Amino acid sequence: MEWEVVIGLEVHAQLATRSKIFSGAATAYGAAPNTQACAIDIALPGVLPVLNREAVQYALRFGLAIGAKINPKSIFARKNYFYPDLPKGYQISQYELPIVAEGKLIIDTSQGEKTIRITRAHLEEDAGKSLHEDFHGKTGIDLNRAGTPLLEIVSEPDMRSAEEAVAYAKTLHTLVRYLEICDGNMQEGSFRCDANVSVRPKGQAEYGTRCEIKNLNSFRFLERAIEFETSRQIDLIESGNKIIQETRLYDSERDETRSMRSKEEANDYRYFPDPDLLPLVIDPSWIDKIHQSLPELPYAKRKRYVEKLGLTIYDASVLTTSKALANWFEATLNALEDQMKDPKLCANWIMGEVSGRLNRDSKDISECPIQPESLAQLLKRIKDGTISGNTAKEIFDTMWSGEEEPDAIIEKKGLKQISDNQALETIIEQILAGNDEQIAQYRAGKDRVLSFFVGQVMKATQGRANPAQVNEILRKKMAP
Amino acid sequence: MSLTSDDVYKIAHLARIEVNNSTDEAGKTEVSVWLDQLNSILGLIEQMQVTETENLDPMAHALDSVLRLREDEVTESDHLDAFQAIAPEVEAGLYLVPKVIE
Amino acid sequence: MLTYSLTELSGLLKSRKISSVELTQSYLDRIHQLNPAINAYISTNPEISLNQAKQADSRIAHGMSEPLTGIPVAQKDIFCAEGWTTTCGSKMLSNFISPYDAHIIEKFNQTGAVLLGRTNMDEFAMGSSNETSYFGVVHNPWDLEAVPGGSSGGSAAAVAAGMAPAATGTDTGGSIRQPAALCGITGIKPTYGLVSRFGMIAYASSLDQAGPMARTAEDCALLLNIMAGFDPRDSTSVNRQKEDYTADLNRPLTGLKVGLPKEYFTDGLNPEIAKCIEMSCDILRKEGAILHEISLPNSPIAIPAYYVLASAEASSNLERYDGVRYGYRSPSYHDLTDMYKKTRAEGFGAEVKRRIMIGTYVLSAGYYDAYYIKAQKLRRLIANDFSNAFKEIDVILGPTSPQPAFNIGERNNDPVSMYLSDIYTIAVNLAGLPGLSLPAGFSGQGRPIGIQLIGNYFNEARLLNIAHRYQQVTDWHTRRPAL
Repeated sequence: MEWEVVIGLEVHAQLATRSKIFSGAATAYGAAPNTQACAIDIALPGVLPVLNREAVQYALRFGLAIGAKINPKSIFARKNYFYPDLPKGYQISQYELPIVAEGKLIIDTSQGEKTIRITRAHLEEDAGKSLHEDFHGKTGIDLNRAGTPLLEIVSEPDMRSAEEAVAYAKTLHTLVRYLEICDGNMQEGSFRCDANVSVRPKGQAEYGTRCEIKNLNSFRFLERAIEFETSRQIDLIESGNKIIQETRLYDSERDETRSMRSKEEANDYRYFPDPDLLPLVIDPSWIDKIHQSLPELPYAKRKRYVEKLGLTIYDASVLTTSKALANWFEATLNALEDQMKDPKLCANWIMGEVSGRLNRDSKDISECPIQPESLAQLLKRIKDGTISGNTAKEIFDTMWSGEEEPDAIIEKKGLKQISDNQALETIIEQILAGNDEQIAQYRAGKDRVLSFFVGQVMKATQGRANPAQVNEILRKKMAP
Repeated sequence: MSLTSDDVYKIAHLARIEVNNSTDEAGKTEVSVWLDQLNSILGLIEQMQVTETENLDPMAHALDSVLRLREDEVTESDHLDAFQAIAPEVEAGLYLVPKVIE
Repeated sequence: MLTYSLTELSGLLKSRKISSVELTQSYLDRIHQLNPAINAYISTNPEISLNQAKQADSRIAHGMSEPLTGIPVAQKDIFCAEGWTTTCGSKMLSNFISPYDAHIIEKFNQTGAVLLGRTNMDEFAMGSSNETSYFGVVHNPWDLEAVPGGSSGGSAAAVAAGMAPAATGTDTGGSIRQPAALCGITGIKPTYGLVSRFGMIAYASSLDQAGPMARTAEDCALLLNIMAGFDPRDSTSVNRQKEDYTADLNRPLTGLKVGLPKEYFTDGLNPEIAKCIEMSCDILRKEGAILHEISLPNSPIAIPAYYVLASAEASSNLERYDGVRYGYRSPSYHDLTDMYKKTRAEGFGAEVKRRIMIGTYVLSAGYYDAYYIKAQKLRRLIANDFSNAFKEIDVILGPTSPQPAFNIGERNNDPVSMYLSDIYTIAVNLAGLPGLSLPAGFSGQGRPIGIQLIGNYFNEARLLNIAHRYQQVTDWHTRRPAL
């Protein structure tokens, strides 16, 4: 039988606010345990929550970016359960009326574009962390993370392969960073995915029983976990068993998912509106203001790169993976005068040389030792024929190690391309003079001889001869 | 509608309150005492059902007002020592609890 | 000195006829003498109190005093006060020394009042008789066999017994007004949102409201001036212009329209109380008020709706007491769940557990709509009843409690009959309105009787004005128990 996998994702994006969602404690990562857990975060008797405006603003930015409906009135509810990293015994979240509803995200897959529907996005507080290292057989609780604002983004079960799920997660990841609402750091848990996975015979309308997989803190784990879970479910059904709806944990070391026994017990969260928090009402003028301040979003940018700049879809996708990279690309392009603008050349250099070096040095584009304007200057020298592409790479190396501007390097090292026809003709004539045999071969139709001569010319000029001109002069001189 | 002993155990578990099997002086088990009391309170509560409430908007707050928001500023400093001085069990700045199994 | 009003004490302190240290010490002595019999206080801390008194004296000496500077005030043990054990009447918090101050504690500190001690209360404010306190029953100063009412029974008893010139209370379903009535003092539950709940240990967040308890309406006005006011740390705190509640105390009552809800005067009402209300009506008429019968048709469903909403909120508010970060932790357990269950089974008393269980049940899957949503809709009906009434009248007059103080132990085995003690007070909390109880007579047994005034939203000044005028022509509030 042919099987189809159905996937929906729940993504928890930590909002990059300075203070927590309901308290004035700092959210900075990596502080000593419980030093950023204030009276409200540790739920002392008598404390009360007050909502952070910036967290709401970030949720609105996200909602507008995915073309969602912004609920003019949304409600905070309490989700009640006992867990040591949940100090109040309830999590403040949004349940019946989330701030953002019904949006969509367009993803790129090997089969082309696909629209994934986003059911809702709601604000909630994060829990603390349980540290399972051995404290005499006990668990240690750090509440620094408790109360960090989260945007939980819930998709419809619209994905049909691990590849689509990863594409969706990556597109979302790019988007939240574009919007500057989440730092996207997956190792630190700023962007966490849970996947709901079920399988059904291809063509069947009803969904199969789903399992929720937690702890997917990289795109690779997301892919592996879905693949493992898909085959686990198919194997179970094919061997006559039933899928039990449950929460499963992805174990990256064993590359498998396993049942989370602690979550097995039927939960009854007893949601009800938080009496400490009044309805959140969003003024339409606030929405307008945020709308106007939204940056160009990745999808629109990519489309513009293809349609207006003539880049391939692949190049446009790569350059728009982060706003910083796209900005770098655009700064380079903008530093070139109109007649010199060559988006393809800029893209090639940024995706090739620049990205390659950054990867090698494990650096981010923001840490690039070369400024976009300097790269533009270098590219200008290629365009105007001052240097060849190969020479440019040599100059780029020098620039990377922190030295001067391209023009200064060209000057100092004497790398200027020889484009003087007269000079080139003299050099070529000298080389041709001792090689009558080869010229005869060329004239007999052996084209390869041409590259032999080009090589000789380059050798004689230390690579500085303008290759196009060399070719042209050689052809002319050797013409029968 | 009346609760059963099973309901009492289920509710007590959700509320994380131990109900033990001990009996009181009158020979009643703890769960049966609970059962009588809770059912009598629920009997009082049932009186609600006689009033018609269709088309009424549920009232969650006494005042018809909207949420005020605070600016995103760090206003709290570290009070770890004061907070942990009153904690049942701490080590290395962490609150300790019996092992949590995931 | 122990019988003076706050205004009188304030005058004596300001003119330096007495010092705050002397005043505080005399109250501490009185507490020391009477507390074994009355049990109005859970704790005192003479060192802190006298130190505050000393500072107040120096402030007065520098001419920097405000009306309550140097006045000792008893604080219900529900308000977190830094350095004080704040128990909420529970074993669960019996070892909890608060690391921070509640908003109203800050306000009293800022004005230079002295924290005299922590008053006893029903555990987590759940009770109407002060018998659910882990720290023992409070005895009514008028009759030590009788309950003082609850949950602010310690505060009411302390004021009535002259163990404090004034106190604070909290009122979720009648917990200021009912003990005020049963102990023969004056107490006001302000409009929901007038006094910040920050640092006040929550029972039912959408109903809880703090307020003053004292001998007279005038004293309550002075206290409310300190307690009321916007606090950005409480999202339900109302941001409005500050009022001086003493400004209009003497305003004449001519033309005042008083409504008497017919539903309050039924067979369930004790005839002695009915008689006190009748007499009070005459007094108000003489002052120029016009009395009308009104109807609050949905009154009977207030109690069931309240016990759903308050228990539901309480079940969630009390989840934080898990033995992890502060408070009681059971000494023996075998795993995490067992620690939770034993800690909570041992740390909470029976009434608290009952309400947690009821609240957990009404919120659980499948019952939420039938109970919780239904109760919220009834709450709307009850609020509508009041808003309709206030279209015709200025204030509602009725009983505070259906009976005078009952005997200790009388209703212990019947939670439901205990819940009915709040029949006249609960609707006010559901609607979020202000309500005031003031002394209006005594039963044949010599137990105090209180009457209740209910006002429209933020009409505290009017309620205090009516009570003050009433107290100008009556002397019930000046009577003292023989101790």
